[in-house]
Amino acid sequence: MIPVQFGYRRASSVDEALALLAEHGDDAKLLAGGHSLLPLMKLRLAAPEVLVDIAPVEELHHVRIDGEDVVIGALARYHDLQGDEVLREHAPLLAHVAGVVGDQQVRHRGTIGGSIAHADPAADLPAAILASDAVLVARGQEGERRIPAADFFLGPFTTSLTPEELLTEIRVPRQTGLGWGFEKFTRRAIDWAIVGVAVSGKRVGLINMGGTPVRASAAEEALARGASVAEAAELAAEGTSPPDEPHATTEYRRHLARVLTARALETSAGSR
Amino acid sequence: MKVTIEVNGGPVSAEVEDRTLLVHYIRETAGLTATNVGCDTTSCGACTVLLDGESVKSCTVLAAQADGHAVTTVEGLTGQDGELHPVQRAFREQHGLQCGFCTPGMIMATVSLLEHNPKPTRAEVREGLEGNLCRCTGYHNIVSAVVDASGQEVAR
Repeated sequence: MIPVQFGYRRASSVDEALALLAEHGDDAKLLAGGHSLLPLMKLRLAAPEVLVDIAPVEELHHVRIDGEDVVIGALARYHDLQGDEVLREHAPLLAHVAGVVGDQQVRHRGTIGGSIAHADPAADLPAAILASDAVLVARGQEGERRIPAADFFLGPFTTSLTPEELLTEIRVPRQTGLGWGFEKFTRRAIDWAIVGVAVSGKRVGLINMGGTPVRASAAEEALARGASVAEAAELAAEGTSPPDEPHATTEYRRHLARVLTARALETSAGSR
Repeated sequence: MKVTIEVNGGPVSAEVEDRTLLVHYIRETAGLTATNVGCDTTSCGACTVLLDGESVKSCTVLAAQADGHAVTTVEGLTGQDGELHPVQRAFREQHGLQCGFCTPGMIMATVSLLEHNPKPTRAEVREGLEGNLCRCTGYHNIVSAVVDASGQEVAR
């Protein structure tokens, strides 16, 4: 399968990428690792006229501490993140999740920023950054703005980024010493999660339980009231609207969310 | 666009369409046909090659993205005198294949896996090769081959 014709452009700095986006507007898509976009283009579900390859942008590969936050460059690859010592200490949930996305080959190419900007509700990283209470930094022609993760995801494959903006950084409040847990249920090893659960401290993010990654608010509130893991997990699917598909019905997904939340919360309690 | 990729140690340059996939560049432009196109959807791993020393699925990389970088295919593992690479030797000795279609990808994924984890357990091999599908073997001998290639004794 070969994608529809497009023009390939390369940006070696954020400013260059923004200039190319301003020039081509809606017709352009950013290409980072390409492991979400290229498969869609090969299936002809996406057909941008221009691809702006931002992989050469060197300024967005970092993981560093800035005050109370861990700051992750949007172009950091899963493979870099899974072994990153700073991340493992201060945001261990994200380091773990980066290590279970796709497979070895995918993790050599895929980037955290690419996954978040792509906003697939079945993807692992978006729910993990919700559970990490992250703030996303976007840059456009008018400057920089910070978007809380809770306001970032608007729908399936839809975010609050404008076509002229570039996601540059993910800022995560340090989760040092907090308990964390992650569970995903897949049909085969490398599949997307039918349902997944990411826990950091008392926050619970859900994968594939709606059109966007969502927080399990009812379960979180129960935990805050001092409820047991079992009691809180019973509420994990409250307020969610998971998709109904032949291989996984809505009710089945609700059941999975409860079971996986219990497991992730238990892991979290044991990891403190 | 003009693309130059160092393939198995030597530069390969060509004028290609922007949408050219790396796997097609390797097979059709460089003329190296060991790298197979299997599922063509980033699932099966038959098209795995090394890009700057790390395993990637070349059906999901544009030739343009590899421009200026180095690619190694299974042809590039064999020594000048035809001597097999340790991973190739181990796949042969442990009979880590049946039809052989997945083998070039399996071998390249193994080279990358052993780079990151030089002495993997059998369980770690299975996890590490989760992105490579084999429809013949049931994986048992493939796992043995990787353990053998890592210099560890293969449990019988």
